[in-house]
Amino acid sequence: MTPLPANDVDLRVQLLSLMLKNPVMPASGCFSFGREVARFYDLGLLGAIVVKATTLTERMGNPTPRVAETPAGMLNAIGLQNPGVERVLEEELPHLAKYDNLPVIVNVAGTAVEDYVEVVRRLGDSPLVAAIELNISCPNVKCGGIQFGTDRGMAAEMVAAVKEAATQPVIVKLSPNVADIGDMAQACEEAGADALSLINTLVGMRIDIDRRTPLLANGTGGLSGPAILPVAVRMVYEVAARVRIPVIGVGGVASGRDAVEFLQAGAVAVQVGTANFTDPFACPRIIEEVRDWCAASGVSRVADLIAAANPAALRLRKERAL
Amino acid sequence: MVASARILRHTEIARGIFDLRFFSPDAARTATPGQFVHIRVSDSFDFVLRRPLSVCRVDPSEGSVTVVYRVQGAGTRRLATMAAGAQLDVLGPLGQGFPLHAGDVRAVLVGGGVGVPPLVELAARLAAQGTAVTSVVGFQTRAQAILQDELALYGDVRTTTDDGSLGLRGLVTGVLTQGFVDGANRYYACGPTPMLQAVQRTMAGLQVPGYLSLEERMGCGFGICVGCVHPIERDGRVQNLKTCKDGPVFPAGEVLFT
Repeated sequence: MTPLPANDVDLRVQLLSLMLKNPVMPASGCFSFGREVARFYDLGLLGAIVVKATTLTERMGNPTPRVAETPAGMLNAIGLQNPGVERVLEEELPHLAKYDNLPVIVNVAGTAVEDYVEVVRRLGDSPLVAAIELNISCPNVKCGGIQFGTDRGMAAEMVAAVKEAATQPVIVKLSPNVADIGDMAQACEEAGADALSLINTLVGMRIDIDRRTPLLANGTGGLSGPAILPVAVRMVYEVAARVRIPVIGVGGVASGRDAVEFLQAGAVAVQVGTANFTDPFACPRIIEEVRDWCAASGVSRVADLIAAANPAALRLRKERAL
Repeated sequence: MVASARILRHTEIARGIFDLRFFSPDAARTATPGQFVHIRVSDSFDFVLRRPLSVCRVDPSEGSVTVVYRVQGAGTRRLATMAAGAQLDVLGPLGQGFPLHAGDVRAVLVGGGVGVPPLVELAARLAAQGTAVTSVVGFQTRAQAILQDELALYGDVRTTTDDGSLGLRGLVTGVLTQGFVDGANRYYACGPTPMLQAVQRTMAGLQVPGYLSLEERMGCGFGICVGCVHPIERDGRVQNLKTCKDGPVFPAGEVLFT
């Protein structure tokens, strides 16, 4: 293909009713509520923003140590520390109103179906919230989160209940810690999910061999970072060929090429997580790298890359467009 | 805030402990004692977390910042291989440093191991404002003792070692008696958590207020990952505050240890 000038690349992608200016957004829990990163660059550059998991009431999170580095990745067991939905609405989200065309996606977590429903109901009144990301995949809280994401029936029940209360589109974030992620994806689609994001972290552990004890105070934690990228790409590839709803790729994205890989696997957009910790400018850098890759490869529309390497997913996508 | 900084000097000053000086005029001008810089040890993503290293000295005229660190794992081992002339990816200065109180007549500085480095710049600034400085520094053993000469430029230094190979045998708290802290308006402490806990208790008993620079395993370094929190009692309630952004220095009276 003939290379193009970088300015001629159309980075826009459609996610449900949202036309994103580019396919890159930070992943929940890796960006807090955006305030800290706004010191480094204009958040208006992002395709969208996914803010930290929000629960009905304040959560203090887990004891420390909560993080540990691993080869090309890290473990975390934060435990959903957040000020609760009321303070999130009053104190954490308003600063995001000043950005034009920055869809705000709020990640919702809890310990019981009723909690999730109540949080979603309260977020429903906020014109600032463009979509809900349903967190049924957090591995770091004892009761809740992942238990809903690893049981087909519970996931479906949760999605159905939340969909009934939600005024915004609901994106369900899937756990990789299951035997058949395609089956979970299908269960969520059948229950009414508008879109899926995958993957959340993989459950892991490191041991401090000198102290003869797990490194994290929580024992286990969620593995993220470039180490999990191949697992995430495989799961996106599989799910995109299985469901008709859009899929957002998450897991180890650190470069524009990684983002392109997820798009070609069938994702309509990507989330950037751990790379924000390594490089505070990761998201805008990745956006520019996607643009440059497309220009150099003669790709004029980034949307044309979606499912380019996944014929079964591409077929489903074309059927949906008809 | 983010810079590619050239390494000016990188030397091993004690077994496994390195003195790293880099060129960063902005950081040299703005950094305050107790703040840290967050350093990337490789330009690949093999190491996804930066290493938080507290500022030991700044030299605004030279545009340099010096940090002192101990090789503890693969990341710092990688850092230790970087030679003078190489470029470092530096984020910072970050965090809240030690508040200085003009008018303090005397301050006691307490450091343990690689918690000693930030006390050097602190001692310099305290001395410059006319506060008399006395330092108490503790190490495991003589071979790991660092920076006593630098601290001695600004006041009296007492050294303790766990094995008695240098200075007094025992812990830093053994030095902190009523007579020793007489006339001190304030103390400043940085070191491993058990030391901070003991110093907090001892100094509370001696009714000297102070500040603790806390050590928690850090992720991002600027407040987005919420990994490095510590329980702090503030505004009448216990909050898990971020060591990287709200700290690492907190008023000692607010810090809770479990």
